[in-house]
Amino acid sequence: MQGFTGLSISQGLAVGKIVFLGAQETAARQAGSPQEERSRFEAAQRQAVDALGALYEKAKAELGEKDAEIFSVHQLMAEDEDFTDLVSAAIADGAEASAAVRQAGEQCAAMFSAMDDEYMRERAADVRDVAARICRILSGEAEHTITAPCLIAAEELTPSQTVQFPRELVLGMLTARGAANSHTGILARTLGVPAVSQLPVSRELHGHTAILDGFSGTLTLDPDEKTLAEANAKIAAQQAQREALRQLISAPSVTRDGRSIRLYANIAGTDDLPLLQRSGAEGVGLLRSEFLYLGRSTYPTEDELFESYKTIVQAMGGREIIIRTLDIGADKQAGYFDMPPEDNPALGLRAIRLCLTRPILFQTQLCAILRASRYGNVGIMFPMVTGPDELHRLKEALADAEDVLIARGERFGPYRVGVMIETPAAVFMSGELAGEVDFFSIGTNDLTQYLLAMDRQNPNLAPFCDPHHPAVLRAIRQTVERAHQAGCTVGICGELAADESLTEAFLRLGVDELSVAPARILPLRQKIRDLTLG
Amino acid sequence: MKEFQYTIQDPMGFHARPAGALVRAAKAYASKITISCGEKSAQLTRLMAVMGLGIKQGQTITVTIDGPDEDKAFEELQAQFRENA
Repeated sequence: MQGFTGLSISQGLAVGKIVFLGAQETAARQAGSPQEERSRFEAAQRQAVDALGALYEKAKAELGEKDAEIFSVHQLMAEDEDFTDLVSAAIADGAEASAAVRQAGEQCAAMFSAMDDEYMRERAADVRDVAARICRILSGEAEHTITAPCLIAAEELTPSQTVQFPRELVLGMLTARGAANSHTGILARTLGVPAVSQLPVSRELHGHTAILDGFSGTLTLDPDEKTLAEANAKIAAQQAQREALRQLISAPSVTRDGRSIRLYANIAGTDDLPLLQRSGAEGVGLLRSEFLYLGRSTYPTEDELFESYKTIVQAMGGREIIIRTLDIGADKQAGYFDMPPEDNPALGLRAIRLCLTRPILFQTQLCAILRASRYGNVGIMFPMVTGPDELHRLKEALADAEDVLIARGERFGPYRVGVMIETPAAVFMSGELAGEVDFFSIGTNDLTQYLLAMDRQNPNLAPFCDPHHPAVLRAIRQTVERAHQAGCTVGICGELAADESLTEAFLRLGVDELSVAPARILPLRQKIRDLTLG
Repeated sequence: MKEFQYTIQDPMGFHARPAGALVRAAKAYASKITISCGEKSAQLTRLMAVMGLGIKQGQTITVTIDGPDEDKAFEELQAQFRENA
C-alpha cells in the first residue's frame, strides 16, 4: 500500500483499477526502417479493426443492427486491401507509418470526393475517420481499450481525448497536471466523479487497484483489505445520500420563503443526455458546442451539426436550452483548424474572434443552430464578447444565416439571443449590451482568469487564485444590476454557480438562473430549499 | 466459373451498408469474386473499390465467381444481394 497527495479538482470517492492513457505525440516521429514502420502499421491496423469490431457489437446491443452498421463498414475500410496497399507503398518510399496512413487515407478520400453521387462524396469523411483512428493508435492515444469501469490516469487529459472514452465507465480521474478549471476538472464534475491532479502519474500505475479520494486529494495505491473495506463502506454511504437527493428531482428550486431561481445544467453534447435526464435540471444553461468539432480530423458538416443539435433540443421537451457558439482556440484545439501558433492563446484568436475571421465556419454552425431552433426553446449565446460593436457584427452574421435558410426554403423557429459575460470589458459594457440582448450568462471561469490576470491552467497559481475575490463578486453584482435595469435576464454558468457558499448571495442579488454540472443540480436544489432569505 | 446478374433495388444505390454486407459475405469464400457494372469492375472483397464503382439504383451488376467453393458462393451471394441491395 502506498499513498500520494495531490490537488483535488473534483470531489468524490472511488475504488477501481487504473487505466493509463498515453500522451499524444505532438512532435512528428522520425521514420524507422520500412520494415519497422510496416510492423507498426500492421499492429495499429489490427488494433483498429478489433476496436471497431467491439464498437460494432456495443452499438448493436445498445442501438440495434442498423445504427451499428457504420462501424462494420469502418472496419472493412480499415482492413481494405487497396488502402493497405497504398499505406505499404508509402512506407516502402520511406514514410513514417502515420504519415503513410494519412496519405493513403487522403488518396482514398479523394476517390470518394471525386464521385458524382453526393452520398458517395460524403463517404470521404468515413475514410478519413478510419485513417485518423489508426493514426491515433500509432501516436499512443489509447482508445476504446476501456471496457470495464476504471480510474483514468493521464499526464493531462485533452478535450479530444475526453470525447473518446465511454463516460459511463469512468469512476475517477488522476492526472499529473491540470488545475480545478482544467478540462479534466470540468469533465469530472460533470460526471460527478472524483479527480485529483498533481499526482506522480506514469505508465507504471496501469492495472493497479487504487482508492481515489477527491475530498482529501489523495491516491492510495494497492490498498490493503481493511482500507479497501472502509473505502467501499464510504462509497455505499455516498450512494445512499445520492439516492435520498433523488426525491428532489422534480421539486421546485425555491427557498423556504418563496424566492425561486432556475437551476440549469451545463452539458457538452449528446453524450451527456442520459446524465441530463437524471439530473433534475430545469433547462440547459450552457451547451458547449465545441464537442462536435473535437476528436475528429475534418470539419463537421451543417447536417451533422444540425442532427446533433436537433437530438439535444428535442430531448429537452420544450425546456430552454442555450447553445453557445463555437468556443475553440486557447486551450481547446482541433488540429484540422490549422491555427497559427500564438504566444498567448488565452488572449488570442478564440471563440467569436475566430468565428468572425472564418465566416464559412461560423455560418455553417449558425445555420445548423437556427434549423434546430424550431424543435424547441433555443437560446443562442456568443462567447468572449467585449462590446456592442462585436455584438452588431455577430447579429449581422445571424441575419445572414437566416437569409441563407430563407433562400433555401428551410424553416427555423423563434430564438433568444444572449452573450456571455466573461471579459472585464463586457462587465464594463454590460449596460449597453443588456439593451440589445435577451439574456446574459456570466462565465466565471474565464472572467476570473481575465480579471485577476491569472492563467487558469497553471497549477502554480492555484494558491493565488481566489475564486471569491471581491473583484469577481463585484463584477457579478454590477452585471446583474445593469442587466435587470434593461430587462435582460442573468445566469451564471461558471464553476462559481455551483459554489454553495455563494448560493445565498446569488439569490439576494436576484440572479435568475444558475447553470451547473448535472451532478451538482440536486445538492444545490437541497441547499436552496433549506435557505431563508428573510 | 459461375456468374449471375442482379439489378440494384435500394433507392440510395449500392451504398456503404449493403456494400459492406456483401464484401463481408464475399470474404468468406476462397473463390475469386468479381463485381462489374458497365465497363468497370472490382473484386467484391475490396470495399473501397466496390464503393468506388458508384453503382446506383436500377443499374444491373454482374457477379463472377471462380474457385473451389463457387457453387456455394453463387447461391449465398445471390441471396445476400436480394436481402441487402
